[in-house]
Parts: sequence; C-alpha cells; structure tokens
Amino acid sequence: MPGVSPGYSGPERPALADLDLCTRCGLCEQACPTYRLLGFEPDSPRGRIFLMKQVALGEAEINQHLADHLYRCLGCRACETVCPAGVPFGRLLEYGRFQVEQHRDLAPHSKGWMIFRQLAFRLVLPRRWLFRALMWPSRAIASVPGFAAAFDTLPRGNRLRRLVDMLPRRDKHVEPSASAMPPVTPAIGRRRAVVGLLLGCVMDSLFRHTHEATVRVLARNGCDVRVPTGQWCCGALNVHAGERAIAKDLARANIDAFGRAPLDAIIVNSAGCGAVMKEYGELLKDDSEYAQPALAFAARVKDVTEFLAETSLVSGFAKLPIAVTYQDACHLVHGQGISHQPRALLQAIPGLRYIELRNASQCCGAAGVYSLTHPHLAQAILDEKIEAVLETSADVVATANPGCSMQLQAGLAQRGSRMRVRHVVEILDEAYAARSR
Amino acid sequence: MQEALIQRLRSAVGHEHVTARPDDLRNYAYDGSIDRAAPEAVVFPADAAQVAAVVRACEELRCPYVARGAGTGLSGGAIAEFGGVLISTARMRRILDIDAANRTALVEPGVVNAHISAAVATLGLRFVPDPSSQSACTIGGNVAENAGGLHCLAYGVTSNHVLGCEIVTPQGEIVWLGGRENETAGYDLLGVFIGSEGTLGIATKIAVKLTPQPETTRTLLAVFDSVDDASKAVSDIIAAGIIPAALEMMDRLSTQAIEAYVHAGFPTDAGAILIADVDGLQESVGETAAAIGDVCRRDGAREVRLAKDEAERERIWRGRKSAFGAMGRFSPSYYVQDGVIPRTKLPEVLAEVEAIGRRYGLLIANVFHAGDGNIHPLIAFDEKVPAQVDAAIAAGADILRACVARGGSISGEHGIGIEKRDCMNVQYAPSDLALMAKLKAVFNPGGLCNPAKMFPTSRRCGESARTLQRADLPEGIAPAAGPAF
Repeated sequence: MPGVSPGYSGPERPALADLDLCTRCGLCEQACPTYRLLGFEPDSPRGRIFLMKQVALGEAEINQHLADHLYRCLGCRACETVCPAGVPFGRLLEYGRFQVEQHRDLAPHSKGWMIFRQLAFRLVLPRRWLFRALMWPSRAIASVPGFAAAFDTLPRGNRLRRLVDMLPRRDKHVEPSASAMPPVTPAIGRRRAVVGLLLGCVMDSLFRHTHEATVRVLARNGCDVRVPTGQWCCGALNVHAGERAIAKDLARANIDAFGRAPLDAIIVNSAGCGAVMKEYGELLKDDSEYAQPALAFAARVKDVTEFLAETSLVSGFAKLPIAVTYQDACHLVHGQGISHQPRALLQAIPGLRYIELRNASQCCGAAGVYSLTHPHLAQAILDEKIEAVLETSADVVATANPGCSMQLQAGLAQRGSRMRVRHVVEILDEAYAARSR
Repeated sequence: MQEALIQRLRSAVGHEHVTARPDDLRNYAYDGSIDRAAPEAVVFPADAAQVAAVVRACEELRCPYVARGAGTGLSGGAIAEFGGVLISTARMRRILDIDAANRTALVEPGVVNAHISAAVATLGLRFVPDPSSQSACTIGGNVAENAGGLHCLAYGVTSNHVLGCEIVTPQGEIVWLGGRENETAGYDLLGVFIGSEGTLGIATKIAVKLTPQPETTRTLLAVFDSVDDASKAVSDIIAAGIIPAALEMMDRLSTQAIEAYVHAGFPTDAGAILIADVDGLQESVGETAAAIGDVCRRDGAREVRLAKDEAERERIWRGRKSAFGAMGRFSPSYYVQDGVIPRTKLPEVLAEVEAIGRRYGLLIANVFHAGDGNIHPLIAFDEKVPAQVDAAIAAGADILRACVARGGSISGEHGIGIEKRDCMNVQYAPSDLALMAKLKAVFNPGGLCNPAKMFPTSRRCGESARTLQRADLPEGIAPAAGPAF
C-alpha cells in the first residue's frame, strides 16, 4: 500500500512518555486556532496527539492522514499553555513531522511547495551569502520610502502585493541602516553586562533597524553588545518542518560562534529563534561532542524583552504620547512563557497609553511558513486577529517576532489601516531617542 | 455503512460536512472517558432542520446515532458504541440572541460554556454553571449530562439555569420544551430532557438564564494536615449556616499533580486543602470569609490564605480546574468517579476509598465538590495494561457501592453513559428502571438515539466492561422497534 509505513524509526520520535501525559481531557481544544476554525477533531491538539500515539502503540501507521494533520498545525503551542499535564506538544510535533519527513512518498504539501521548500531550506537557508543575495530585492523595496506604496495600485488579492505588504516599514526618525552591524558596541555609562546578539536570517535581512534599536537600547542599559562572527540562522524553520539535520548544523555553528565569547547572555529579538535556541539541548542531545555545550548555550539565551525586564530599565525616556497594543508572539508566550515582561516594558514609557488586545495570545496565522503552505487558513486566522487589533484603535501594534510583524503588516495593509507595526524594543528606542533629540 | 445512508446524510448537510473516511473516524472514537468506539460516519449539521433530516435518515434506515459536542464527557455519553452516525454540533456554535433586560440568552448547542459568560461579561452578567472543563465543553453536552460545576453549591446545576430547549426528537420533529420565560404550564418535559444523556433527542437551541455578576468575590485557601480535619471543617462551615458560592477540597496527590506543571501555589505537603469562594455585597463578603477562616482554624487549619487579587484568584481556580487533566503526570489514564454522599460521611468514605486503592494496588487522588458531598476519586491507571484497566473499573465500582451504602448516589454530574450503567442496579430497584425505560420509549421508541446508554446491561456493577471497539447493536433495538435497555 503506497504511503503507508508501519511505525516510527530511529530515536528521534514522539516519545511515549510524552504522549502518555495526555489523558484526552480536551481542555486544549479551544486554545487551538485550527480547531476553533474547523471544529474538526483531527485538527485539535488532542486529536493530533492521539494520532501520534496510535502510531507509537502500533495501532496505526504513518500515513497521509497523519502528515496532513501534523502539517495543518500552526505549531503555535497555545495548547501547552492550557494543558494541565504539561504535554510538550511542540516537541511531539517536531518529532512527529521528522518521522513523516522520512517517508518520501508522503507529501505534506503540494509538489511545487515541496520543491521550493527543499531549495529554500536545504540550499539557501544554510548559506548566508545566498540568502542575503536573494533577499536583496525585498530589502531594496523596504528601504526606499514610498516604494512599497507603489504596489498599492495592484489589486487586493494580488500575490506580489501581499508579499510587498508584508515588508517592514521603518520609522522616520530612524537613520538608514549601516552596511554591517558593529562587532562591539560599548555600554553607555556603567557596564552591567556583556551580551551577544543573534542576527539570524530574516531579522538580519529585513529587520536590520530592529537590531540597531536593540543594540542602542541594550547599550543604554549598560550592556556591551557583541555581534560574534560565524553565527547564522537559528534553524527554527528547519526544525519545525521536520528537517532536523540542517537545523543541527546551524545550531552547532551558532554554538561555536557564541561559545568562544564570555557572555552573560545571548540576546534574541525574534521569539521563534529564541524558543528554538532555548531547546538546542534537546536538538543535540544525541551529539556526544555538542550535547553539553548546547545545554550551556541554551541556558544563556534570553529574549530581549525578558532580559530588559529583569534588569531594571535605565531612566531617560521622553514622554511618548502614543496608544500601543501588544500581540503576543506565540513562541514567546507559549514557547517561552514570556507574557508580562513586554507589557511591563511598554507600560514603563511615560505618556504611552497601553491597550490590552482582545485574545492577544492567540496566533495571528503567520506561524513560520504557514501563510505560504496554508494561505486560506492563515488568512482566516489573520482576519480574526486584525478585527481585534483594529478594535483597539491604537497607533501602534507591538510584537516581538518577524513573522508576526510581517503578517500583521500585511493584514493591516489589506484593510487600508495606517496603524504601525513595531517590535517592543523599537518603541523603547523611540522613547529614548525622543529624549536625546 | 449503507451507501444509501451516506447519500442521505450528504444531501441533508452538504457533501463536505460528512465524513466516512476511516482515518477521520479514529479521532471520533474517544471522548474524555475511558471508552472507545469509532462511528461509521460523522456529520456536521448547521442547524435544527439539518439535524432533523439526519435523524430521519438514520431512523428510516435503522442506523444508531449519537450527538457529540466537544468530546469532554466523562462517562462515555458521546461514544458511538454501536458505530452508526455521530452528529457533531461543532458547526452549531452561534450565540443567537442576548436579552440583557430579561437576563436570558439563546444559544446553539455547540457554544462553549465559558463563551457564554465571556459574551455577556460587559453587561455585568454571567452563565453560572461552570464545570471544570468549561473552557472547552459545550452547552449541548452540559444539558445532556445536567452538568454541575464548582459553583453549583450556591447556584444549582445546569437544569437550574436552562429555561427551554428546542430539540429534534427521534421522530425527526423539531419541538420546544420549556420556553424563554421562567415558568411554563403543563408537564415539565424540559426537566425530563435535561440530564437524559442524549437518549431522548438532540437539543438544537438552548435558552439559558443569565445571572448578575456578584459585586465582589473573595477566595480563601485553607491548608490542613489531614483530610479528616478538612472534612470536619466542611461540615462545620455548612452547619454554621454559611453557604459559600463554592467549597472545594483536594487531597495531597491532587495538589502534587497540579503543582507538577500548573503551579497554582498549592502546598504539596498538606493532607488536604479547601478552597472557598464567597460572593455578594462588599460588606458581607469580608465577614463571611472571616467566619469561614475562623471555622477552618478551629478545625486545625495550619494556614488560611485570602487571595489578594484577581490574578491570584484565577490562579487558584485554574489549579482546581486542572485537577483531572493533571493526573497525566501520574498515569496515562484516569478513571474518575462521581459519587455523592452526605457531607458528614466524608471522612469515612474517604478512608474507604484509600483502602480500596490499597486493595487494588492503584493510586487514587481525591478532588471534590466538598460543599455538596460530590466526590471525584481519580483512579490512576495505564490503559496499555489490561490488568490495570480491570482493576480500575472494579475499584470504581467498589467506591460507588460505598457511596450508595451510605445513602448517596452513583453520579452527581458526569452522567451514567457507558461507564456507570451497570451500577444503576445498585442504586435503583428494577421497577424504578422499568419506569425510566417506559419514559425513554415514549421519546425514543426505536431505541436508535444514543442506544443502550444509561441503562444497565446484563453485566454486574464492576465487571470489566470497558468498551474498546464497536459492538453489535443489541437485539431489540434494530431492526425491530421496542423499548430496550
């Protein structure tokens, strides 16, 4: 029978001990974006766990059905936050997808997408120069003011327009990006810590301004900020798609790059990257050489909002009379349990009016490459999100992950809204900058 | 399954809203209980007319059918034991109308319990019944099981908060039981329907009562060294004439399971903890909470803590509501009992529960609605080990016998379904059950609507009777019509 295999192979599989934590109580169902939308049990966390467990127990085989439902999951991990037993769903999903990926005859997506994904994940992503070269047109459009607006003449449903709509918009006060990030930026005033900054792939190519804001805010808060060479993409997209081998290579490269520097913390301003980097220990647990360094590395990883909230912020904010709402990045709130920190940072800015977003911790539908693999579902989830965002009438919607930023940007552009999308740290930077101006 | 029936179902609800793919059906074989059986088709009707068309098709072609909400039930009520058609209410999830002035709302059965309160919160109202699974379970399922909840001590159970239901009868008619007003004339058919576990028809619209939010609520956590002391405090609180909005107890195993992941701030070395909610007017609430605290201290509480803010209240209640699912920390499955006993018998029944656990070599955690004597012993077992499954079921039956022997009942709020049906004989005389069967036959003469649930089979109470696969429809239900249990 084509597309059917008896069971899991190798040690990297959904662990029965993890699967056994689920008692099928069902409390996860309404936390799940796909279940809420589709009302279909195989598209719920409990349903997916059950399918994985059936394979583990030999009651069912790895087949197209399992593949479809594991890949229809956004991987937002909202189910983990509400699970009373702490089922590590994200981990189960990664291993489940890895097992599916071992079967070439099972196609989780269309043929065209699979070819594109292989090229992107295996050929382009691991090579910094190639990735950056291919991202050049996007960077160019994003960096020339008004260029993106030219695409507004295209019809709403146009794919090119949607891609352009996703590109980040910069604030006027921000200087054009320097060609390269400085390897060391000294602390302003008394030095309180030495930290390293992960540049990543998408962040480095399209969100250089966020990195620059991150460095300025960290330096102002007494950090020597180092940007080690040899670092590159964190491997999150690969891990989430079940491509573990390349993810491990990327993880090892980052561990080598940061490992040499005596750093108090490794700062990440992309929630998706941070969540995976905190799990490098799990990713490399069977690597005799890297298992220990991976654990040590993971222990030092901090999201920038987590780090800043722990170190009392240096005063020096100007009044910033804007209304801001905050969309939780799934891999920050559900993946890393960070929710009050970014809110506290925003609320520390004088004059800023903070408005809590309805259902802020629900996914926006970006979910890595999900908006490319499942455009209709992603759009339905985005529509619901934008509805709630517009309800706030805020000037700015803050978030902490490039995928979320781009998805929200596109959603707001679709509605013709002028609301801005910014990283939390950019708003802090703006408040500091307004003082010095 | 007959192709003719599938065709009828597809024309009733639309092609894409029917599935008979074996892979899809696997995920509809379970609910929150320990039983499992896959249906032969799942349909997703959008409204009452479509439900009626599905029911008529099933009746005409003699196929059993079962309604399902979120699948969080704890007694196997939504298990398609004999295959047939599973009717999911997942697409019927609109709140149709909110009448704030008259404090009612009209909702579809697939609406999630907690979503009703969320929708009326800004109006200062709420829907009171709050089962622990309220963030996931549906109002349709609540009506079927006459679900209780943490706050039913002071406010009553589902039947006290439902004014009327539109139902599809097994004859395929759409009728109203009750209405949107508080009192209706004639037989209380709504009272008969609520808690009938899907054996008398399928609710398609539900008129619920809304209740004003209390001016203020205080939550109190009392820590005891022993279950006996905590039990005594429960009796003494009620004896003192205090009716808290909720009064819950958890033993050490429960708090340990919860603290392993949820971190509600429960002590894990205490013999038992009590959680009490007091609500009402600002002035009286403080006094009542203080009075409860005094009783607890007098009965030996080593600590009495008042939640200082809404966040701490939420954390405490989230912890309590996590109790069942948290059992996953101990074992892959749990078998939850739902016995009811007179409050004064708590200490001796709990001692017996502990003895039963020892006898079968099983871990039993206890969490319960102490205020109304509704106990939920959670028997931990591994479904992969057949001997443990048998032991868990036998231990459960022993616990229910112990409850009935002390003048109690075998179910407070989870329903009978598959799990407790063979224990109905323990509670009821044959003549009682015969009357219930006659009533069922009036509504459900063919017996195809959720067949064989709630009524005892030929097995004895406690005989291993876990359903793990589809069974043949018992004689007397199909093809010939007639009352059956």
